[in-house]
Amino acid sequence: MAPPLISVHDLRKTYGSGPGAFEALKGLDLDIAQGESLAIVGRSGSGKSTLMHLLALLDRPTSGTIALDGTDTSRLSAKQLDRTRNGAFGFVFQQFFLNAQASVLDNVTLPLKIAGVPRRERTARGLAALAQLELDDKAGNRANDLSGGQKQRVVIARALINRPRVIFADEPTGNLDTATGAVVEDILFDLNRRQGINLVVVTHDEELAARCDRSLYIRDGRIARAEVAA
Amino acid sequence: MRAGDVVTSAFRNAFRSRLRTSLTVLAIFIGAFTLSLTNGLGTGINRYIDDTVASVGVDDVMTVTKADEDAPADGGPAEYDPDQIAVEGPPGATATALTDDDIDTIAGIDGVLSVEPVKNVTTDYVQHDGGDKLQLSISQFVPGMKAELASGTQVDLDAADPQVVLPESYLDPLGLGRAADAVGQTVVLAVTDGTGSQVTTEADVVGIAEPGVISMAGAVPNDTLAKTLHDLQATGAPEAETTRYAQASVWFEPAAGDEATQALQDRLADAGYTASTLEDQLGTITSVIDAIVLVLNGFAVIALVAAAIGIVNTLFMAVQERTREVGLMKAMGLSSPRVFALFSIEAVVIGLVGSALGVLAAIGVGQLVGGVAGDLLANLPGLTLIAFDPVTVAAVVLGVMAIAFLAGTLPALRAARQDPISSLRYE
Ligand SMILES: Nc1ncnc2c1ncn2[C@@H]1O[C@H](COP(=O)(O)OP(=O)(O)O)[C@@H](O)[C@H]1O
Ligand SMILES: [Mg+2]
Repeated sequence: MAPPLISVHDLRKTYGSGPGAFEALKGLDLDIAQGESLAIVGRSGSGKSTLMHLLALLDRPTSGTIALDGTDTSRLSAKQLDRTRNGAFGFVFQQFFLNAQASVLDNVTLPLKIAGVPRRERTARGLAALAQLELDDKAGNRANDLSGGQKQRVVIARALINRPRVIFADEPTGNLDTATGAVVEDILFDLNRRQGINLVVVTHDEELAARCDRSLYIRDGRIARAEVAA
Repeated sequence: MRAGDVVTSAFRNAFRSRLRTSLTVLAIFIGAFTLSLTNGLGTGINRYIDDTVASVGVDDVMTVTKADEDAPADGGPAEYDPDQIAVEGPPGATATALTDDDIDTIAGIDGVLSVEPVKNVTTDYVQHDGGDKLQLSISQFVPGMKAELASGTQVDLDAADPQVVLPESYLDPLGLGRAADAVGQTVVLAVTDGTGSQVTTEADVVGIAEPGVISMAGAVPNDTLAKTLHDLQATGAPEAETTRYAQASVWFEPAAGDEATQALQDRLADAGYTASTLEDQLGTITSVIDAIVLVLNGFAVIALVAAAIGIVNTLFMAVQERTREVGLMKAMGLSSPRVFALFSIEAVVIGLVGSALGVLAAIGVGQLVGGVAGDLLANLPGLTLIAFDPVTVAAVVLGVMAIAFLAGTLPALRAARQDPISSLRYE
């Protein structure tokens, strides 16, 4: 068996300090295999987003370790963390966080711009990613002029553009109607199957969770149970 | 992110909120415009004075007077000195006269090539061909000084014949006709001698001076004419009266450099004389103008500081508005220093646009005012009231950009320190 992509040991996260301190994660152990799709399920306030932010290296744990490819991420400098997030991760949030005034193409190529990729290559790769999501005819449109489903596809194109190893999705279908939500889910699982991109999906949608290789049920900052899909 | 992308993004971001940015740019514009205009005024006037010094072309002569040791430091009344004589200036102004002994002393000072007492001449009138008698002052003339000529030549200092250059304004009243016709004509000059009777002498008009700083001082004589007039005036006067001079001209070697010139001035000062070059004398005017410009610039800088606060405000709003965007970019790996650069360059862009427009508008207004002032100040030809020196213009633009950068640091720091998670949090 291949070594895990991400390995978490006794992960704890406390917000604040003193009497007002709140322990959002109370000691989690977790291994995510290469190419696996993982759902993080739980009620609102159970600590799902907190866990995802820690896994995505957006925040540092209060204690415990997160190893990426066997490297302890607490040893990485701010610069190395920035580079890892830019190169290895893609993000899809419940809200689109698109720059409404900028073109669809500019929105999609933002991670490449941050990476310092020259403009010409950015455009070529941006158009390819949009084509993959059947949005290439919208490249010149302003992001504001798209429908909700189209916007979420733009967001996925943006998450894909740097050929990431993991896509982190926090409630990716939360803002979409059932039909468009299903289309977006199909796209994500298709990427997982064909390109071997890991998925970490935060959701409270049981159906979405069931489509993942494994579902992790979180309650009050602890793993309540894990379900492996048949 | 590449540096080029940071700059283009900052440019684009600056004009995302067009009205807000335009108003901030307007504030910067007003400050930069005022600053450029006041600077331009200083540059224009000082350049005119410099040009005058250059066109006068006397850089090897300094004017020496006797230092007035009697004047009490506290400004109270001075003791009477039998050697003091009236000088030009406000009524009652006096200076201690130079005697022949003083002239000898000055001649003996190291660095003095030669010394010539300036013979003070007061003419009663000038007349041409039996026409009207007109008052005429003889300019307190630094030998070798060149007047701007409308016609003819400068006086020949060594010529044996008495020669004079007359200001253009005397052409009509004296009935001399056009400038070209006047050259070669003869005029009569009258002085009162020591016995009180009026005597006259003749002089050839060799040139007609254009209106300007030099010709405002009066007619320019050559040595022969000056000596003739002085001798006529001295006839019958007690000797003590005729060998007292208000000032003397000292020739020195300007090629030895400013330090050598200063050293000579110091040696003359030690010997009890005050020496000033033409540059010194006009330099006083220049420094007064500089002081006025400095005060005006102060007001312009206050306007710029107010505008800088506008930049702080604008950028804080921009940071606020783009909280999500900044959070997203940081999540996607944009480093904090880059975020700082993005916002501080946005501030610099606002400064650049405002100051560039302000400077351009000032140059435009300068051109307009120059046209109007040219008509109003016709007797100061060559004066560009508002002139622009590329170095000052660049300094204004760069200075405003620096102020804008400083103004941008606070909002840019806030953006750089922003935590991506809390910016992206929604509930
Ligand atoms: N920055 C914070 N400061 C204090 N408490 C926080 C912070 N972020 C999250 N929490 C708390 O931690 C708990 C878990 O939050 P979160 O991980 O966002 O839950 P969810 O499962 O809904 O995504 C919640 O009770 C929330 O109020
Ligand atoms: Mg959440």
